[in-house]
Amino acid sequence: MSKFSKKKKGMPAINTASLPDIVFMLLFFFMVATTMRETSVMVKQQLPTATEVKKLEDKRLISTIYVGEAEDQKKYGEGDKIQLNDKIADVSQVRNFIFSQREPIPEDERDYMTTLIKADIKSNVGTINDIKKELREINALKVTYSTNIGVEK
Amino acid sequence: MARRDTPEINAGSMADIAFLLLIFFLVTTTMDVDAGISRRLPEKQPIDAPPPPVIKMKNVFEVIINRNDELLIEGEYHEIKDIKQMAIDFIDNGGGKGNPMPNEVDGKECTWCKGAKDEASSDHPNKAVISLKSDRSTSYGTFIKVQNELGKAYTTLRNRLAKELYGTTYTEMVDDLSKDKGNATLKDKIDKIKSMYPEIISEAETN
Repeated sequence: MSKFSKKKKGMPAINTASLPDIVFMLLFFFMVATTMRETSVMVKQQLPTATEVKKLEDKRLISTIYVGEAEDQKKYGEGDKIQLNDKIADVSQVRNFIFSQREPIPEDERDYMTTLIKADIKSNVGTINDIKKELREINALKVTYSTNIGVEK
Repeated sequence: MARRDTPEINAGSMADIAFLLLIFFLVTTTMDVDAGISRRLPEKQPIDAPPPPVIKMKNVFEVIINRNDELLIEGEYHEIKDIKQMAIDFIDNGGGKGNPMPNEVDGKECTWCKGAKDEASSDHPNKAVISLKSDRSTSYGTFIKVQNELGKAYTTLRNRLAKELYGTTYTEMVDDLSKDKGNATLKDKIDKIKSMYPEIISEAETN
């Protein structure tokens, strides 16, 4: 027998102990940096882009109305549809929707409530105006037209 | 005493579990920040409300968008890129006396305006109304583009004024305020500039 024993065959096991750490780091990053998706959007959404935008901070005070063509056109038909919560709804239901959103907010913060209109770039201004008319009726006057944040050219 | 090695714990599945959680969060959360153009709707008027004060036509900057997304500004056909400069010229004209500022009785002339002081254009930034009329079938994209251009016009004017008064732009001041919410002096400065160039945009619908 020689003094030098033959090397063991095959690759040595790679130490993967740090792999969970890395993945956990990623996980924590995502937990902190993101927010939960609350509704699944059932209308087509391609938002317009604008530069003069204001970021909305307090999610609690925002009620979102989605406008656009339905993804499932066989069921809902063509044309602009309005989505409140998880349902395709009619303009006349906007009122009750805002009231239900207003309910849990304390009295002194209700003035800061904003209605975020997320409308598809191709939808008609008429639909938006119908919504605005409803909002005026119930004194929900703060409106934000949702857009993507563009870069100044 | 004999030294006993603690047996190595197999942590191979830990990564799998962490990945599972990670993928769950990737799927159920969104990263997008809600942002947009904020406007305040006019209040609903009671039926017996007194008729609104008459606004002189020279104080109204009329932008009409038709169903083919074409623009009519002050009665003439224009393109979207023209709006900003036209709006700036109109707001900044300062051809006469404005509405009285808070704590004042009489309206004063706009001393910070650098416009042409044209008799036929607006009197004062706080009298200058931008009226945006759109057809029912105007596309929302165009509507937002126009709104954005009008917003740009106001921001340009406010930036200029802020540079003169405080040596920094209005946009920077607003950014600083969002980082430091309790800064009262900064907020006062911003409010002052806002009151000197108030954003008055009326959105109406034509059929």
